[in-house]
Amino acid sequence: MILDKIDTKNMFLYYSGKMALNNISIQIPEKKVTAFIGPSGCGKSTFLRSLNRMNDLIDGVKIEGKVMIDSINIYDKNIDVVNLRKKVGMVFQKSNPFAKSIYENIAYGPKINGINNKHQLDEIVETALKNAAIWDEVKDRLGDSALGLSGGQQQRLCIARTLAVNPEIVLMDEPASALDPLSTAKIEELIVQLKELYTIVIVTHNMQQAARISDNTAFFYLGELIEYDKTRKIFTNPDKKQTEDYITGRFG
Amino acid sequence: MINSFKKNIKGIVIEGITLVSALLIIAIVIIMLLVIFIGGKDTLSWEFLTSFPTEGMTKGGIFPALYGTALLVIIMSIAAVPFGTITAIYLTEYAKENSIIAKTIRFAVRTLAVIPSIIYGLFGLGFFIKFVGAHIDGAFFGGELRWGQPNLLWASLTMSLLTLPVVIVSVEESLKTVPQDLRAASLALGATKWQTIRKVVLPGSISGIMTGTILAVSRGAGEVAPILFTGAAYYLATLPGLSDQFMVLGYHIYVLTTQSANVDQTLPIQFGTTCVLLLLTFVLNMTAVILRYRIRKKKNR
Repeated sequence: MILDKIDTKNMFLYYSGKMALNNISIQIPEKKVTAFIGPSGCGKSTFLRSLNRMNDLIDGVKIEGKVMIDSINIYDKNIDVVNLRKKVGMVFQKSNPFAKSIYENIAYGPKINGINNKHQLDEIVETALKNAAIWDEVKDRLGDSALGLSGGQQQRLCIARTLAVNPEIVLMDEPASALDPLSTAKIEELIVQLKELYTIVIVTHNMQQAARISDNTAFFYLGELIEYDKTRKIFTNPDKKQTEDYITGRFG
Repeated sequence: MINSFKKNIKGIVIEGITLVSALLIIAIVIIMLLVIFIGGKDTLSWEFLTSFPTEGMTKGGIFPALYGTALLVIIMSIAAVPFGTITAIYLTEYAKENSIIAKTIRFAVRTLAVIPSIIYGLFGLGFFIKFVGAHIDGAFFGGELRWGQPNLLWASLTMSLLTLPVVIVSVEESLKTVPQDLRAASLALGATKWQTIRKVVLPGSISGIMTGTILAVSRGAGEVAPILFTGAAYYLATLPGLSDQFMVLGYHIYVLTTQSANVDQTLPIQFGTTCVLLLLTFVLNMTAVILRYRIRKKKNR
């Protein structure tokens, strides 16, 4: 049986009173890749960011409705946002490694969670880097600054950093949009591998990318969830005309 | 034809006036530095820096004034840098940009920065000495005069109030250069806000805190008015402790030029002391400028 890891019910989001997400209800299955597509400003990134409450950082954001993760509403008053974000990790559009060594970037998350045992940290760092398919490239220079890595390597490092806190869900906000085709291919390959262990939700501008890597695809337009189905169905035989127009490149 | 000639003349004259006034600035600086340097160069020596004044301050060195200045700026920094850094952290990390409290704090900081320094001196006298100090004496020393009089501690704290805006503004500026992305990355890893500030934001703005400190030290080393009533001494035969009055470079110059029985005989020492003070503030300011330049370069990258 496939479990719904994330389940939102009639979710609305307002930026300073202006509606940005209109009545989103979606069920996202565990250990699958779910892609959000849609033109710029359609609300897909905003929705992604409300799944680990990163929108809390923006003034004037108000959310209504329910966002259930493992059947718990993450907007409940007694939810600890810090713990939520450990469980629901995030990879950003622009790679954003800390100005620290490669090792310290990965060890950052475990350390703030109180893991200080050197041996244990070494193990976590190695596993995370291996899972993010970058271990072979950096294993001999873990002490070097992460800022010296190439753009594609930095992004895989950021994925490894996210994996190091052992999340259950990994949210990715256009993780390959700033990368060259070769680096993009590596990230895509990685995402497909990662779904063995994690539930992946990815926002992408690139429809071919969504078609290649995702199991399910949701199409957003003007703050609404227009259509959500198996990726194959969305790209071959969508129910809604708007979806068809978008994926065939007639707008957006 | 005639008209355009007139216009040309006018243009040349205006350009000339602006050029002359700009050159005048350079000339003033050069003359000032030259006079002071030429007057002081024979006095400057290792011995001048390391010995006490002798023969009614007409001979000898300026060691106690140098020592007092150093202690003053160190204690001042210990008070002003943490306080200023914490305020800057509140302003950039916690306060909402346009909240009333943030606006009020910024207004207060700007106001602190424009208050004439002599007012700080009066405030230090009234608050630290007559109020805090006197109450300490009353409570712990049976009214005996210990802390209720001018001393190094009160002078340093007064000076720290004066330099607080410098620290706040520098640190705030450098905190803002830490990319928002990095804060987001840290928070998304399950770090608390304070962990993010401590482990990501502050390490990224160390050079800004340094700049603020150096600028504050440079300002504090040169100011005289705030310590006039709060601790500066005319002459002391011994090195001061926290509860003693102390000698300081800026005030020493004032004393030599106006209070000496024989002003002409103190001239070399006046020049020497001025040279030292000028060099000190100049070097400190240059360091701050270089650090700040590096921060800005980082920001624009």
